[in-house]
Amino acid sequence: MNTNLNLLIGLAMGLNLIALGSSRLPSLIRAVSLQGMVLGVMPLLIEGVADWRLILVVVATVVGKGFVIPALLRRAMRAANIERELDPLIGFVPSLLLGAGGTIVAVAFASVLPLLPEHAGLLLVPGALASVLTGFILLIGRVKAISQVCGYLILENGIYLFGLLLIRSTPLLVEAGVLLDVTVGVFVIGIIVDRIQRAFDSLDTRKLTILRE
Amino acid sequence: MTAYLLIILPLVGAVVAAAWPDNRTRPWLLPVVGVGHALLCFWLLVFPPEVSTTAWLGFDPLARAVLPAVSLLYMVCAVYGVSYLKVRAERPNRVFVSVLLAVLGLLSAGHMSRHLGLLWIATEAVTLAAVPLLHFNGTPRAFEATWKYLLVGGTGIALSLLGSFCLGYASLHSGGTGDLTFATLMAQGAGLSRPWVLIAWVLLLVGYGTKMGLAPMHTWKPDAYGEAPGLVGAILAGGVTTVAFTAILRVRAVVSAAGEGGIADRTLLAIGLFSMLVAALFLLGTRDFKRMLAYSSVEHMGILSIGAALGGAGLWAALFHVWTNSLTKGALFLSAGNIRRAAGSASMDAVRGMTVLTPRSAAIFIAGMFAVTACPPFGPFFSELALVRAGFASGHGLAITLFLGCLLFAFFGITRVAFGIVDGRPRPAMRTEGRRFVETAGVILPPLALLGISVWLGLFTPPLLREVWQAAVTQLYPGS
Repeated sequence: MNTNLNLLIGLAMGLNLIALGSSRLPSLIRAVSLQGMVLGVMPLLIEGVADWRLILVVVATVVGKGFVIPALLRRAMRAANIERELDPLIGFVPSLLLGAGGTIVAVAFASVLPLLPEHAGLLLVPGALASVLTGFILLIGRVKAISQVCGYLILENGIYLFGLLLIRSTPLLVEAGVLLDVTVGVFVIGIIVDRIQRAFDSLDTRKLTILRE
Repeated sequence: MTAYLLIILPLVGAVVAAAWPDNRTRPWLLPVVGVGHALLCFWLLVFPPEVSTTAWLGFDPLARAVLPAVSLLYMVCAVYGVSYLKVRAERPNRVFVSVLLAVLGLLSAGHMSRHLGLLWIATEAVTLAAVPLLHFNGTPRAFEATWKYLLVGGTGIALSLLGSFCLGYASLHSGGTGDLTFATLMAQGAGLSRPWVLIAWVLLLVGYGTKMGLAPMHTWKPDAYGEAPGLVGAILAGGVTTVAFTAILRVRAVVSAAGEGGIADRTLLAIGLFSMLVAALFLLGTRDFKRMLAYSSVEHMGILSIGAALGGAGLWAALFHVWTNSLTKGALFLSAGNIRRAAGSASMDAVRGMTVLTPRSAAIFIAGMFAVTACPPFGPFFSELALVRAGFASGHGLAITLFLGCLLFAFFGITRVAFGIVDGRPRPAMRTEGRRFVETAGVILPPLALLGISVWLGLFTPPLLREVWQAAVTQLYPGS
């Protein structure tokens, strides 16, 4: 069970790097949605047995992260008719190097933290830290609103990975994390598509600079 | 059970408002619910209910010490809201009224949360609910502010969930069964895994600190407060920030029970002083009087954070300051809203001579300015005095010296902007614009009432409130 799970976590960490290196928006969205689906099936591997509540969480996560949010992002992309090429503040190679360095630091840092016996040998903690770091790099280093939302999604995926440590003891807290997806929904539907586009005729957050000292 | 009504009543009000057909009469739901909530809240303040230690939600000493202040502020803002929405009759207010009512219910839930996960859910829900309030004006600037609020606030709220997970994981190490009520976590005490508790503290302080608006996570605040209607600013600055502050206090108590209270207090002191310093520097530079209020709010969040770091007496002063600051800020935001509406701009480059155009609002604004910069006889003077005493008594002389220095610079910054907009002669263009704004009783009495309560709280602090704050201190520092 642990080997399979670690394989999936490794895949998610690889997708972090792909997201950092993507130069086009559709491939960034694809990496994020694939990562969401990979994370979504993990609870099944951890628990082994499947009760209705677990299946509900798995289905909700896979559908939400893998299909609904990417579809919203693609719709936003089409509606706003933006250029597909990303235009980074932090270049792709530096972001990749930062991401890879961050992953190494995450693995090293996680090894000093005390883990419960049943979690020993799992990559959940380094995977979570690496994803949170990747999310931050994308949030800071990209200027298009949609790519910032993708960064936020990866950050959120990292938190979800960490939450898997607690899925047996406090399932409610972990399920509450679904609310973060709702936040993303509000981001995309409420703000980007309808508003920023109409008001600024662009989705480039660099144009959001009226308010400053 | 009565305490649950504090949550249910506003949420029911929100549903009714969403179904209410008439745009003109809908705003009256705000004062109806606001007054009902305040009556109930003060009833519970005087006759506190029994709270079982295992309850997830309850009107416990900490909720009792701060929620009435939020309720009072909300009630006055709700009364103001009727006159405000009458002036803004051209805009549909279904979403605005409904969401504003829901925010009150969620704020009550956040203050009364005795469970780590529930607290996070309530804070997240308030964050999302505030979004339509921020872009009520529908201008490009308002959408820009909302985007920044969501991006910074969303990241903060995500980090506080990660912190909650870490604290939950820390409790599993001592055979915890996944019960994440604060009482259980505190009872586990030294059994909590230290490394995880420290990581949780950092993440939760950054996460809830973002919501509270502590520097350097305060960047959403000037934009959001600058562009939102005055009464939304008042409720955000006096209510939403208070939820985040109580969250930090509850977590600090757990960290302290785990034996890391010293580190928690040092970080709170450092981040508090840094917030005051950043706020004071920006106050010296800003030219917009609504953004000025936001920086002043950052400064006062710093003061709360410092108070929480100074032990029992400091925490008592911080709880006192929650009351005086919330009510004074309310008076400032509402009068600044009037001035902004009459002047057509919030920049001191374009606005001057408001004593001529809006004499009453300008007078309240100036009085509120003296109040918020801690001049006697206003409430903030007395709460900050209590804090300074607590600081010297606990041997934090250097920190208190820095604190007083920041207060002085903030005073220079705030008086510079405030007198800049009220003094002089109004520009000719503003005269015609300003005539259209009438200072009715509905927009003058609410800020005046808040200012009056602030003076009363400072001069004649009711013994009941003193006891209530002391009870909250005992809840958070058991054994002291």
